[in-house]
Amino acid sequence: MMLMALAALALCSLAAGLLQRILPRATGILLFLAVAGIGVWFASYVPAMSAGEMQIDSVAWAPELGVSLSFRLDGLSLTFALLICFIGALVLLYTSSYLEGDRRLGSFYTTLLGFMFSMLGLVLADNVVLLFAFWELTSITSFLLIGFDNTRPEARRSALQALLVTGIGGLVLLAGLILLGVAAGTFELREIMAGSLHDHGWFTPMVVLILLGCFTKSAIFPFHLWLPNAMEAPSPVSALLHSATMVKAGVYLIARLHPTLGGVPLWNDVLIIFGSATMLIAAYLATRQPEFKRILAYSTVSSLGTLVLLIGMNAAEAAAVYLLAHAMFKGCLFLVAGSIAKQTGRKYPEKLGGLLRIMPITAAIAMLGALSMAGVMPLAGFVGKELLIKSGLEHPQWALIITTPVTIAGIFSVMAALMVGLRPFVGAAPDDMQPARDPDWRQLLGPGVLAVGGVVAGLMPLLFAEPLVRGTMSSILGVHFDGAINLNILYLLWPFTTALAFSIIVLVLGYGLYLARSGYWKLTSPRAVMLHFTSDRVYDRLLQSLIRLAEFTTRKIQNGRLRSYVRVTMLTTTAVAAWAYLRANPLAGIDVTISGLDAVIALTIVACCIAILFMRTAMAAIALLGAVGFVMALFYVLYSAPDVAMTQVAIETLIVVIFVLVIYHLPKFSYLTSTVQRGWDVVVASAFGLLMGVLAYTSAVIEVVDPVSESHAARAATEGYGRNIVNVILVDFRALDTLGEIFVLGIAAVGVYTLVRLRARPEPEEAT
Amino acid sequence: MKSVIFRTAARILLPVMLLLSIVVLIRGHNEPGGGFVGGLLAASGFSLYALAIRVRDAKLALRISPSALIGAGLMLAIVSGLPALLGGNPYMTGVWLTIGGGDGEPPLKVGTPLLFDVGVYLVVVGATLLMVFSLGASRSASTVRD
Repeated sequence: MMLMALAALALCSLAAGLLQRILPRATGILLFLAVAGIGVWFASYVPAMSAGEMQIDSVAWAPELGVSLSFRLDGLSLTFALLICFIGALVLLYTSSYLEGDRRLGSFYTTLLGFMFSMLGLVLADNVVLLFAFWELTSITSFLLIGFDNTRPEARRSALQALLVTGIGGLVLLAGLILLGVAAGTFELREIMAGSLHDHGWFTPMVVLILLGCFTKSAIFPFHLWLPNAMEAPSPVSALLHSATMVKAGVYLIARLHPTLGGVPLWNDVLIIFGSATMLIAAYLATRQPEFKRILAYSTVSSLGTLVLLIGMNAAEAAAVYLLAHAMFKGCLFLVAGSIAKQTGRKYPEKLGGLLRIMPITAAIAMLGALSMAGVMPLAGFVGKELLIKSGLEHPQWALIITTPVTIAGIFSVMAALMVGLRPFVGAAPDDMQPARDPDWRQLLGPGVLAVGGVVAGLMPLLFAEPLVRGTMSSILGVHFDGAINLNILYLLWPFTTALAFSIIVLVLGYGLYLARSGYWKLTSPRAVMLHFTSDRVYDRLLQSLIRLAEFTTRKIQNGRLRSYVRVTMLTTTAVAAWAYLRANPLAGIDVTISGLDAVIALTIVACCIAILFMRTAMAAIALLGAVGFVMALFYVLYSAPDVAMTQVAIETLIVVIFVLVIYHLPKFSYLTSTVQRGWDVVVASAFGLLMGVLAYTSAVIEVVDPVSESHAARAATEGYGRNIVNVILVDFRALDTLGEIFVLGIAAVGVYTLVRLRARPEPEEAT
Repeated sequence: MKSVIFRTAARILLPVMLLLSIVVLIRGHNEPGGGFVGGLLAASGFSLYALAIRVRDAKLALRISPSALIGAGLMLAIVSGLPALLGGNPYMTGVWLTIGGGDGEPPLKVGTPLLFDVGVYLVVVGATLLMVFSLGASRSASTVRD
């Protein structure tokens, strides 16, 4: 069933391009309805999931590898599925207006739907290998979407950076997942989670690798650098991917594996440390950004850190609520940011103002979103923040250590919320701003629904928030949570708890910081964005050194010079063969003798070869090479092989002729190698030659099995009707081999012919 | 720089070497020789002719283009293995005919290996001459067919 939902999304993705061509006006709405329909189908499962049920669909795919198309639907994956579908549908609708008229709109739809397909598959996957496949797919589609405006170099760079960081993280994750699967004996999550792995020898590397992979995906410090740069993407992409869904993939996986791998300091404490560090640093950086989307981006990084922190603290209720609330308000704000930027042509809140009167509906939506982000009651964001503070205060060991950064980060995020949700709308409109007004309903419905959702979830939690939260909590804790979840606003406001006091203090201080922002900026200006730029610069430098290393390696090894290739090949072969030969020592115990005549002929050949080295003209060298060949024929005569001797003589003659013809066309020796290089040549050649000689001698002297020549000799006259054994072997017994050889001969000749014919320059008049 | 001696000698040597090459080809089965050496001898003859006089003249003397020779030789070699299939034997099994015989003289055995050898001969001649002619030719770009 879930496979059908995925298939439906895939179908939409593939059809989107075509639809856009046929029905340009209606495509956005059609896609919106289709995806929303899938979302509604998922929503029908809410009551069941919150009651603790779980649905598994499994289709065997590669059983030998333990990979099957398994999907699970439980509280956590259902929440994510709903986020993907509904926010995705709203974003599709928004895009139809935001990118109206763009001729790449069709491919944008396709890629966006492709992303949704991958993300949905990721959260539904029950097989870790399948999950990884979808994980990488989300990285790829994200790359395409970030670099959508591919004419801009910043967009390309950011897309590549995102891909590299998440891609390498993905590889690390794969290693961790494989360790997990092998250690557990299965790749199916439900079976992995049934067992315990804490005592396994691979537990530490497994956890480290998986966490590394998740951290890169969810932009946890120090891998946060790619997310703010990903703001080069169009606003709908930022809203869907980089706030609501894709970046939460790492959080999802951490939450999914928390019941199995959690409970030990390695897991919990690491999550707390990195989560809180990210939360604090990113919240601070958010207040220092001049640009709309970058403020939101850093705020998202901070929220991701918060989610990681909460999971590490086992605060499942807070995590679930915060997850939901954040998706809603952040998605809303990103879409609004896009609309404002499109309408006014400006991206800097400090340069905007008075939009309350000019774009009232947008303003209202934005303010609702910002209030939720700041954590103002009675919105969902408040509930999330409140639970966050409560969990921090209630932590058994580290209440103070956790609550302090939470509070400070809270103050910063209030300020950031006010910067995006208040500043552009109040005050006087700047004179040089282009005329703006509320965008059309398609751009307003999305953020509007999300903003209202934040209100509804806060005021009337039972409507949809509570069952979703319960389901998510159960997944994070690993057991079904039957207890009371009271998200009701009145419950949280009365009695007046310490957590509430903290929340109010955060709000007040945050507002104060906002008011005093110019002074604050002056105070912290120099060292401010260093934390971001250092990471970015490290990335740049790493990338550059990697490229330089690749160039260096290629230059050294693949330098295009035949001499180096030959040298490397010969040296390697000699080294390996010599090592093997010396270990085997085949000549042990065998009488090694060489007859006098053999020695004379061999020495003659060696003398000729040495003489070649001293020749000054090519002709002389070729003549001596021919002499070597002729002397070798003497060997054959000596060993009663007249056929081979004849062939050798004939071939040597022809080779000399052909060699001369070739040399004639080559330019004179214009480049003579240096003495050092020649020395190397001698060494390499001697080593290789020695190896070959020893091998040849050994194979002649050693008899491993009965030589086949004896049987050939016996059968030649009787079966081959010939007394020349060599010829009978060639044309009868081993005719197929010979057939192959003459084919090769023909091909070589055709090759030579083609190469010669392809030369463009005119040739000299005659050969000799 | 082609001396008269060289040219005249080449003219005489070419038919001699061709005859010799055929002799070597046919005697190969029982005496030293065979298709390879025979082919090389024939190719040497034509190469000598090409070097002494002109490549174009050697090509004319050859009459058939070397690539055609290669093709013919390969065809012959492949086809020579087919009669074996007719007899139900594996490809390339030798099929022999006995000719003659009779009073005092031993019968002559002719078979598919001889055909194969001829194929090898042709390929060697064609391949070698293709290489020699293309390397030795002048302005080979102007000749369309070779």
